[in-house]
Amino acid sequence: MASIQNIVDAVSSGSSSATEQVQEALKRANDKKDFNAILSLTNERAIKRAEEIDAKIKSGEKPGRLAGVPFIAKDNFLTFGSPTTAASKILGNFETPIQATAVEKLEAEGAICIGKANLDAFAHGGSTENSAYGPTKNAFDTERVAGGSSGGSAVAVALDIVPFTLGSDTGGSIRQPASFNGVVGVKPTYGTVSRFGVVAMASSTDVIGPITKNVVDAELIMDILAGKDPYDATTLPDFFKPQTDVGNLKIGVVEEFMNEGVDSEVLEKTNQYIEKLKESGHTVETVSLPLAPMCLAMYYIIVPAEVSSNLARYDGVRYGARAQANDLSELYGKSRDQGFEDENKRRILIGSYVLSSGYYDAYYNQAAKARTLLIGQFNSLFESYDVLVGPVTPTVAFKLGENTNDPLKMYMTDIMTTPANLAGVPALSVPAGETAEGLPVGVQLIGQRKSDAQLLALAKSMEENHG
Amino acid sequence: MASISKDDVVYLARLSNLSLTDDEVESLQGDLANILDYVGQLSSLNTEGVEPTYQVNDLENVDRLDEVIDYGVTREELLATAPEQKDNQIKVPKVI
Repeated sequence: MASIQNIVDAVSSGSSSATEQVQEALKRANDKKDFNAILSLTNERAIKRAEEIDAKIKSGEKPGRLAGVPFIAKDNFLTFGSPTTAASKILGNFETPIQATAVEKLEAEGAICIGKANLDAFAHGGSTENSAYGPTKNAFDTERVAGGSSGGSAVAVALDIVPFTLGSDTGGSIRQPASFNGVVGVKPTYGTVSRFGVVAMASSTDVIGPITKNVVDAELIMDILAGKDPYDATTLPDFFKPQTDVGNLKIGVVEEFMNEGVDSEVLEKTNQYIEKLKESGHTVETVSLPLAPMCLAMYYIIVPAEVSSNLARYDGVRYGARAQANDLSELYGKSRDQGFEDENKRRILIGSYVLSSGYYDAYYNQAAKARTLLIGQFNSLFESYDVLVGPVTPTVAFKLGENTNDPLKMYMTDIMTTPANLAGVPALSVPAGETAEGLPVGVQLIGQRKSDAQLLALAKSMEENHG
Repeated sequence: MASISKDDVVYLARLSNLSLTDDEVESLQGDLANILDYVGQLSSLNTEGVEPTYQVNDLENVDRLDEVIDYGVTREELLATAPEQKDNQIKVPKVI
C-alpha cells in the first residue's frame, strides 16, 4: 500500500483521483469480506464525497492534506452513510444525526470514510469475539483472533484495504490488535484527541487514535486529529507538534514486562528492538514499575465501574432497539438483556458491585488510590527516562475460541497495555518482526504525558533506520 | 474467594436494570466470583493517606459561556433516533 502522502500527491496532481481511490478501496473491502473486519460500507456517500473532492481539484481549490484518502472508522464512531452499531444488537440499526469530531476533522482535510470496522461490542474485549456480528479474523492466520477491541480496524489496515483506520483504546484496544496484525497503533495522551461522537466506554481512560501501516502515516493523522474541541471538555489545550529530530534519548526497559510469563519469541523480538535502540545511540537501562502487576486489578475495577454508568443510557427509550414490554421497568430490563452481549453484562454487573454501598471503599476507591500510586511511579521514572519500552502483549495472536470460556484469561491479554491508560500517558505499538510461525509481534513505547510527538519521532527514526 | 450468591447476581442485575434469564444468572455467578476474586488482590496494597485519582489530565472546572450551541442537528432528526415517537415526543409504555 502506498503511503498516505503518496496517495494525496497522486490525487492532487491528477495522476489518480479521489473517485478511483475510493472505488478501489471499496473493491478491496468486498474482496476481503471473509475476514469480517468491516461491518458496513458507505458506498453511495463515499463515492459522492470523492466526486466532490475531484471537482475541487479540477477547479483549482485546495483539497486538503488528506485529499482522496479512504479510511474506515471503528464502529463506535458516529459517522454518516451507514449505521453506528458499536457491534451491539441494541444499536443494531442506529443512524446518527451527528458525526464524531475526529471524523469531521479528517473529512475536512479531504479524507473519505468508506465504512465501519468490527469490534468487541461496546469495545469490551481483546479479541473482537464479543462482536454481535461475529469475530474478525487475524490478517496473518484466519484461525486466530484479530485482537481487540479495535480488531476490524487493525485487520483492515493490515490487509491494505485502506491506509489508515480509527480505533479507540481504553485498556489496549488500539495497541493490542495492532501488534497482533503487524501494524502501527497510537494511543495518545488522555485528552489529546476529541472523543465527541464516540460511544463512551470508560470516560477516565478512553482515548482514540489511528492505526496505520507505518509511523510516518500515524504522525500525519495525529497532527490532524489532535487539538482542543469545545464539544469535548476533557480535551487538553493544543500541544501536539510533529518533531523532526529525536536526538539521543534515555530509555527504560520495564522489567515487570519482561518476565517469564511472556512468550519467549515475544521477548526475543522485544530484545532485538532494544538492541536497535542502542545501536541508534539511545541509552537503554532496565527500570522497575513495581505496580505494573497490579494494573489489571485496578483496571478491572475502575473500567467496569465507569462502563456500568456509561451504558445506563442504553435503555430502549431514546435510541436503539426496544424490547416488547408491558411496563417501563420491563422495557428497560428486557431491552438491555436482549441488546447487550455477555461481556457487556459482566462488566455492568461488576461495575454495579464495586460501586454499591458496602463495597465502594474496598474496591472502587481502593483502585482509585492505587491509581494515584501508579501515576507517582510513572512520574518518578519519567524524571530520569524519556521513554519506556516493553512488549505490547504476553503472546502473539491466540486461536479463535481459545479464551472465550474464561473471561479472566481473556483479561490477562491487557496486562501490559492497561498501565498507560490508567496513567493517561501516550503509548505506541510498532511492528517488531514475526515469530518463526510467521505471526507478528509488536513492541510498546510509552512516554510521559504530552510526549506523543517525541514517541512518534523515535518510532519514525527506528522505522527509517531499521525498518 | 469473593462469595457471590445467585441472589447477589439478581440484586446486581436489578441495580443495573438487566432482566437476566435463569441460565445467565447461573453462568454469571461463577464469572463474577472469579473476577472479583482476582481484583480483590488490590486490598493487599497499603493506600493509607493516598488521595484517589478519578481523572488524569489536571483540568478543573472547564466552563463555557452559557450560550446555545448549534450542533447543526434538528429536533426531528434527534427524535427520529428513538424507537417510538408521538406528537414530537418519545413514547414509552404507561408508567403509573
